[in-house]
Amino acid sequence: MRGDRILLAHGSGGKLSSELIQEIFFPAFGNPALARMDDSAVLPLPLGKGQGEGSRLAMSTDSHVVKPLFFGGGDIGRLAVCGTVNDLAMVGATPLYLAAGFILEEGLLLADLRRVVASMKEAAAEAGVSVVTGDTKVVEQGGADWLYVTTTGVGMVSDGVNVSGSNARAGDVVLLSGSIGDHGIAVLSRREGLEFGSPVTSDVAPLNHMVAAMLEAAPHLRALRDPTRGGLATTLNEFAAQSGVSIQIEEAQILVRPAVQAACEMLGYDPLYVANEGKLVAIAPEEEAEAALSAMRRTRYGEDARIIGRVLPSPTGRVLMKTRIGGTRIVQMLMGEMLPRIC
Amino acid sequence: MCLAVPARITEIHGNKATVDMAGVVRETSVKMLPGAEVGDYVIIHAGYAIEKLDEEEAARTVEMFKMMDSLGAEESKN
Amino acid sequence: MKYVDEFRDSETAARLVERIRRHPPIPVNLMEVCGTHTVAIFRHGIRQLLPENVNLISGPGCPVCVTANRDIDWAIAAAKQPDTILTTFGDMLKVPGSHSSLQQARAEGGEVRVVYSTLDALQIARANPQKRVVFFGIGFETTAPTIACSILEAEETGLENYFVFSVNKVMPPPMKALVDSGEVRIDGFLCPGHVSAIIGSEPYQFLARDYGIPCVIAGFEPVDVLQSIDMLLAQRVEGRAEVEIQYKRVVRPEGNPAAMAPLYRVFQPADAEWRGLGMIPGSGLEVREEYARFDARRVTQIDPGPTREHRGCRCGDVLRGVMKPPECPLYGRACTPETPVGPCMVSSEGTCSTWFQFAGAE
Repeated sequence: MRGDRILLAHGSGGKLSSELIQEIFFPAFGNPALARMDDSAVLPLPLGKGQGEGSRLAMSTDSHVVKPLFFGGGDIGRLAVCGTVNDLAMVGATPLYLAAGFILEEGLLLADLRRVVASMKEAAAEAGVSVVTGDTKVVEQGGADWLYVTTTGVGMVSDGVNVSGSNARAGDVVLLSGSIGDHGIAVLSRREGLEFGSPVTSDVAPLNHMVAAMLEAAPHLRALRDPTRGGLATTLNEFAAQSGVSIQIEEAQILVRPAVQAACEMLGYDPLYVANEGKLVAIAPEEEAEAALSAMRRTRYGEDARIIGRVLPSPTGRVLMKTRIGGTRIVQMLMGEMLPRIC
Repeated sequence: MCLAVPARITEIHGNKATVDMAGVVRETSVKMLPGAEVGDYVIIHAGYAIEKLDEEEAARTVEMFKMMDSLGAEESKN
Repeated sequence: MKYVDEFRDSETAARLVERIRRHPPIPVNLMEVCGTHTVAIFRHGIRQLLPENVNLISGPGCPVCVTANRDIDWAIAAAKQPDTILTTFGDMLKVPGSHSSLQQARAEGGEVRVVYSTLDALQIARANPQKRVVFFGIGFETTAPTIACSILEAEETGLENYFVFSVNKVMPPPMKALVDSGEVRIDGFLCPGHVSAIIGSEPYQFLARDYGIPCVIAGFEPVDVLQSIDMLLAQRVEGRAEVEIQYKRVVRPEGNPAAMAPLYRVFQPADAEWRGLGMIPGSGLEVREEYARFDARRVTQIDPGPTREHRGCRCGDVLRGVMKPPECPLYGRACTPETPVGPCMVSSEGTCSTWFQFAGAE
């Protein structure tokens, strides 16, 4: 391919488009379905092993518009794959196939596109999914912030697996897989020009293997969610509302890295509301909580998993937190946008 | 609003200093702290170091907490 | 985090709570006058740990909240001028004035830029020599010296397009006004830690000496706040009225002379209007004659038009400590963080937004 930047012609469906696909997308995602180059991918369904009459298809989609494209610990590509893989995993599905739609801005460096695609390939390999179909459009300069990616994924939920935010019951235990605030701060600090002694890196990661291990150890897991936009606080509020229960957590059990804490203070954010892309919150029945916790700790990305709280019958829909010093506060849903504070 | 996390000075260049606030590295003005030295902990506000944290005093306070009894308000305060 | 974790230690906190509970249970009203204290008290759930007889009241400690509508209107009018860039701390962006807000003005084409520091505002002035860059100067004595330094720097570097619209205020006068009004019985003051780092302990002496009100200069971590409450109660119980420093690791009795010098070189005390408290003599800071050319008020002819107060808004009462947010008829109903009516619900340190965020809508 000549030149080092995306041109409008790359989106026109002609020779340049074809070159883009052959030279950038295929080498990264190469798989039989994609290689066939038909209008749709025709895919085998992995039946057998738990896939009886009660198995269901799970499907999810996410658009990724993160800015900047590249940040400590990841980039838009990794985010695009992991985000959708995780959405599928959070309903107890085994993620299988992804579709990737790209909107590229004229002038985007091909090197950057290659980097993003390489990242997607690596993340997909780790998660064990294939990118089987895709689309590319090119818009004029100024029409997109360099690159937007939309990923849609499908997976299979085995017979008997029933994981939903509405399943929580009084007496259940709340677990968190690790530190919070890393992703949001990694991205925000890049944007705000905050420097770190040792950089804060995004936690973006595929969690489907962790979920599989958890479901095996704790088959009656009630709910799973990854606390992305709106952070842990929003996810817990969602669970409380969906299930009609109260959730009470302990501040002392919630891990926040010091640099993330400091950055939050500087930027005026509460880590409870900052996005995470490689963490999950689980609600497990009391009798399976320890098993779920051990399973999490044995997997990559789960070594800091902790029990952070309990589900109570009331006050319905409320999330409460016992503070480090033993006081109590409410944890509200994220309201509005947060602005940096100064004085 | 006041940032309560103290920052450690790692470099000084004229009226400016590089500080490390629990891992976040920032530039700040030390115009209002003429005696500031590398290694000092300072309180930052709106881009300026406004006061130095007295580490000995902090240590004394923490020591006092350790020895503090929960009984009796007549205990000596430091 | 060094010098933070030790002051968030749960065992120390528990011991302090026990000490507090051992004081005779006489009803006491303790007022804090610093937005950061307001937030700290709620964030750590301190009220729940205190015995019933200790009543913590939030006063006019949020510089955003106490800024009068008239001043916000001025800033909005300035932002709308075609040759002006209005620079401001982020907190002021959404605060409603008589008809609008800076955020609204920005959406309508006014040039408003959020900065973390006056140093950023100076940069903007240097980068835009053809524009008039006005800094919206809010804040108490923690912030005012930094603004004074920006004027001195503008002078030193010959910067001609940088101006300050000063609505800066100083802290002890409203404390006097509150006590004089007699609206709320104040049995002790938690004094602002960082304002005091600048001004020292002397400016509060009159409260102890002339009014017999115990004062403790408090830090911001939960252990600091609890220890300060313990110290205030001890003073009351022992019949003392003094100004004590709890936040000894940062506050010296003489304050920081290297910050006070530029502050009073550039500014002088003036009468100022406080939301909820009205005009308080000597409570504001105006630019001295010598630096008049940096004073946005003198240099521009901006007329923001008549001021209008929001009907039903009780921010003034909340700021005077006369009303707690749930007692305001609008709180949690017409006035929420998503649909705020007054600044106490807008400011991240406002009593109402803080109450809502950490204690709910009830």
